[in-house]
Amino acid sequence: MAGLRLEGIRPKVLEPVDLALAPGELVFVSGPSGSGKSLLLRAIADLDPHAGEARIDDMPRSTMPSPEWRRRVGLLPAESHWWEDGVGDHFRAQIGVEPDQDPTAGRTGLSDLLARLGFGAEVLGWSVARLSTGERQRLALARLLTNEPDVLLLDEATANLDPPNRDRVESIVQDYRRERKAAVLWVSHDPEQRRRLDGQRLIIRNGHLEPEP
Amino acid sequence: MSLIELSPWDLALASSLVGLLALMSWRLHLGVERRVLIAAARSTVQLVLLGYVLKILFELESLPWISALALFMLTVAGWEVMARQKRRYRGPWGMGIGTLSMFLSSFSVTLLALLVIIRVEPWYQPQYLIPLLGMMLGNTMTGVAVALDNLTRHAWEGRGRIEARLLLGEGWDSAIADIRREALRSGLIPIVNAMATAGVVSLPGMMTGQILAGSPPMEAAKYQLMIMFLVSAGTGLGSVAAVWIGSRRLFDERQRLRLDRLK
Repeated sequence: MAGLRLEGIRPKVLEPVDLALAPGELVFVSGPSGSGKSLLLRAIADLDPHAGEARIDDMPRSTMPSPEWRRRVGLLPAESHWWEDGVGDHFRAQIGVEPDQDPTAGRTGLSDLLARLGFGAEVLGWSVARLSTGERQRLALARLLTNEPDVLLLDEATANLDPPNRDRVESIVQDYRRERKAAVLWVSHDPEQRRRLDGQRLIIRNGHLEPEP
Repeated sequence: MSLIELSPWDLALASSLVGLLALMSWRLHLGVERRVLIAAARSTVQLVLLGYVLKILFELESLPWISALALFMLTVAGWEVMARQKRRYRGPWGMGIGTLSMFLSSFSVTLLALLVIIRVEPWYQPQYLIPLLGMMLGNTMTGVAVALDNLTRHAWEGRGRIEARLLLGEGWDSAIADIRREALRSGLIPIVNAMATAGVVSLPGMMTGQILAGSPPMEAAKYQLMIMFLVSAGTGLGSVAAVWIGSRRLFDERQRLRLDRLK
């Protein structure tokens, strides 16, 4: 159960952002490209130097080592990146399973999660090179959720997905949000999605974050 | 056996071959004739100057003057390492990382050789110190330059991968571990290859020189072996230091990847 509070977070192209998300609250952010949506998420995850403070459940970011902070605010970037050859290698590292072990053995939830995303457990044996963009995007979500973040920051999480897969991702995020009372900040270009999922809707205009009319 | 002295005429004859090479480059439109001639002129001036400087230093045997020459050599090597980088660090780090790591490795290994292995009296006797240091610097320079260049280029290209790992909660050193390992390996490969083929494919320059100067081949081989071991250790040490300092500099105190520190 975790809320997110931003106090004067100031990425390069934005005015300082003050924003509070209650535990389990969903907030959408939209705005023209280049308006600073992704920069805002990167700033919250502390990837770029910037002014301001952020808190999860009143725990200030500045008192926490940055790896721990980043694990708690799970940021899903618009483009997913993979550094090993095999899909499973990216999961083993996080859940602490030895290389010759089956990654699904470490956590029962992982195979369920993969199934809900439309994958069999054999996907962990695939090589990253053969994945399509959409498959990468869905697997990146699975990789992020196995970390069990307190808060989700999603950057265009469904941009490359066909409608059935988009629905899958939406329902997984909604369940995660409800079950864990995780605050979700979601950058989305899709007006349908923003209406459908019933969250607070914000838009960036001229460097200001304001409610979407 | 004694050394046959070369007259200026002999050297002029040898240099005419370089002139021939430049002519060939011009005829074949290779476009390197200017560079060939400039490099040849540079090496002539530099080596003649070095000959004079060493002659004076050998007579003086003064520690301050020898240190001054050593520092000068180090500075030039540091500048050369920076010049070989595609993506340099901004500010004093640009030259600092390479220079510091070469200082740490070359100077310590040279000192070790002078004090413990060869046991020169006094230890700063320039006839030993300057050539040894020159060998060390020349080789570590290559290793450090290759390793640093590899590190910064791959970090630049691999930004997404490094940040993906940071975002999943890895620390900076684990997020860049594979790039760091690769950079280190690339810095070590030239010297490892040189060791493997020494004496079979190539007759190393120092050994050639000693033999020409009239040393018994076995003595020359022993010196060459010692140099080669020292050089490998120095190159390894220098590359490790450069890659470690360099990769640390790519992240700040909040473990963010700071590619803006490169240019």
